[in-house]
Amino acid sequence: MYTQGLDSLGKEALHNSKADTATLEARFQATVDADEKIEPKDWMPDAYRQTLIRQISQHAHSEIVGMLPEGNWITRAPSLKRKAVLIAKVQDEGGHGMYLYSAAETLGVSRDQLQQQLLSGAAKYSSIFNYPTPTWADVGAIGWLVDGAAIMNQIPICRCSFGPYARAMVRVCREESFHQRQGFEIMMMLAQGTPEQQRMAQDALNRWWWPSLMMFGPSDGQSRHTAQSMKWKIKRFTNDELRQKFVDTTVPQAEYLGLKMPDPDLKWDPQSGHYNFGVIDWSEFQAVLKGNGPCNRERLEARRKAHDDGAWVREAAMAHAEKQRARQTQAA
Amino acid sequence: MQSERAGSGGSPGSGSAGGSADGRDAIERCRYILRLADTSLVLGQRLGEWVGHAPALEEDLGLANISLDLIGQARLLLTHAGEVEGAGRDEDQLAFLRDGSDYCNLTLAEQPNGDFGRTIVRQFLIDAWQLEIYEWLQQSKDTRLAEVAAKALKETRYHLRYSAEWLIRLGDGTEESQRRVQQALDELWPFTQELFVADALDEDMAASGIASPLAQLQPRWSARIDEVLREATLQRPADTDYPWHGKRGQHGEHLGYLLAEMQHMQRAYPGAKW
Repeated sequence: MYTQGLDSLGKEALHNSKADTATLEARFQATVDADEKIEPKDWMPDAYRQTLIRQISQHAHSEIVGMLPEGNWITRAPSLKRKAVLIAKVQDEGGHGMYLYSAAETLGVSRDQLQQQLLSGAAKYSSIFNYPTPTWADVGAIGWLVDGAAIMNQIPICRCSFGPYARAMVRVCREESFHQRQGFEIMMMLAQGTPEQQRMAQDALNRWWWPSLMMFGPSDGQSRHTAQSMKWKIKRFTNDELRQKFVDTTVPQAEYLGLKMPDPDLKWDPQSGHYNFGVIDWSEFQAVLKGNGPCNRERLEARRKAHDDGAWVREAAMAHAEKQRARQTQAA
Repeated sequence: MQSERAGSGGSPGSGSAGGSADGRDAIERCRYILRLADTSLVLGQRLGEWVGHAPALEEDLGLANISLDLIGQARLLLTHAGEVEGAGRDEDQLAFLRDGSDYCNLTLAEQPNGDFGRTIVRQFLIDAWQLEIYEWLQQSKDTRLAEVAAKALKETRYHLRYSAEWLIRLGDGTEESQRRVQQALDELWPFTQELFVADALDEDMAASGIASPLAQLQPRWSARIDEVLREATLQRPADTDYPWHGKRGQHGEHLGYLLAEMQHMQRAYPGAKW
């Protein structure tokens, strides 16, 4: 349905003269500047559409791949309450993936197309999910740090100019903040627990801290998309601004837990009112992004295996639906 | 075998309430509740293995949801069993510190997931069983058990709708899907032998109004199975006669691995709080 809508828009756009396009663009930008929402049927520049498809689908893929590192602990969660909370959390992530795929579909792509891009390796997802979860503390650290960083990134998107993305994000953020509290609570139990549990918690923080900072993306000077995305109000703050906010919020939480941040250069700066922190190893970020992180291969293989193993099930469901339709037609 | 064994960290009866007639009743009732709890827990654990690996995103969510309900039922039932036993064991001690021979789940529940079709067959057979069990238990003289059953019944109706709909899609889908689910049904059917055969404990529970006489529930289960199999164009396998006794703690080889994985953390870090 959306695709048809877009086709007609495309033809209309084709017949527009340059002057008309300029008028449409001006009207579009005025809507954005007035903090009003762009809806799927509204005219939008193709680059805006492509940027949103890329960003929303990456976000959806991240939710889906993100089910794997934590899902790794469902069968081994250390108490029944933790097991139930973890299943619910991983389920929420799948749900987020679904709303986000739906939001992307309003832009004229199908979920199947997007999933194919993920499985072929053409689409990106958040590199953080290419790190392993060898201990239970990793489930706590992901909730506390990774979901914490995600919330920092996502709250501004609730005011994004594209309506369906903004609305999906309101619900996602509400659930993410619940996840973040759960993660922090897991870390607190460990930090207040036996020496073995404390060691587990510190080890997880050591491993997740720097990758969490990398979640905000390259430094402002290196970021290709920031300026345009801010003009379109897809993005409201720069990568470095959000990263700094995350550091400022998280350092006191680590202190409260009695854990040590793995950064010898981390220091409160009373002048700026912010924490200064050490230099991020961007070569690691690039390596993981290129596919050479510790779990890149496993994550994609798990997704491909689920897809391939499920092919006969999806075919059966379609065949059955087809038979049902044929029977109904015959009866009518 | 099913008489009281005071094992290490073990079976109901190792606690303080074992001496008097009331104590023996409590232990029996605790053991009966554990049969229900363990079936839900073991099945919920199995479904948890699927999360993130299902054939479609909707099924990831569906299986996670059912797993979550089953774990929730297990928690309520284990807590109640612990209270009835009166030995101070909570849900986690009962879940994580009992050995396989003290687990009282139906043998069917512990069978491995296999492919999605096999998981659906196992789920359907147990959902239909739980539906009858919980429906009756709403009138149990154990009022707490009746409350838990009423809540579980609502969930089970949804689970059964999910598994029956999938069984119909797969049975009446493609040649391949029909072959796969028919084979799963043939292989899992022998374990249904255990569902409605009452042993001494089941009979005692029925006599004291705690549970239903099991045989009474069988015809409705059987009719429901037939109805769905017909729509799914699947053949009901012939009954077999090997008496499985998972509910008495006599299991095959699969449960040990399931428990080793599930109990790992509590066994590796005794006494730690999580």
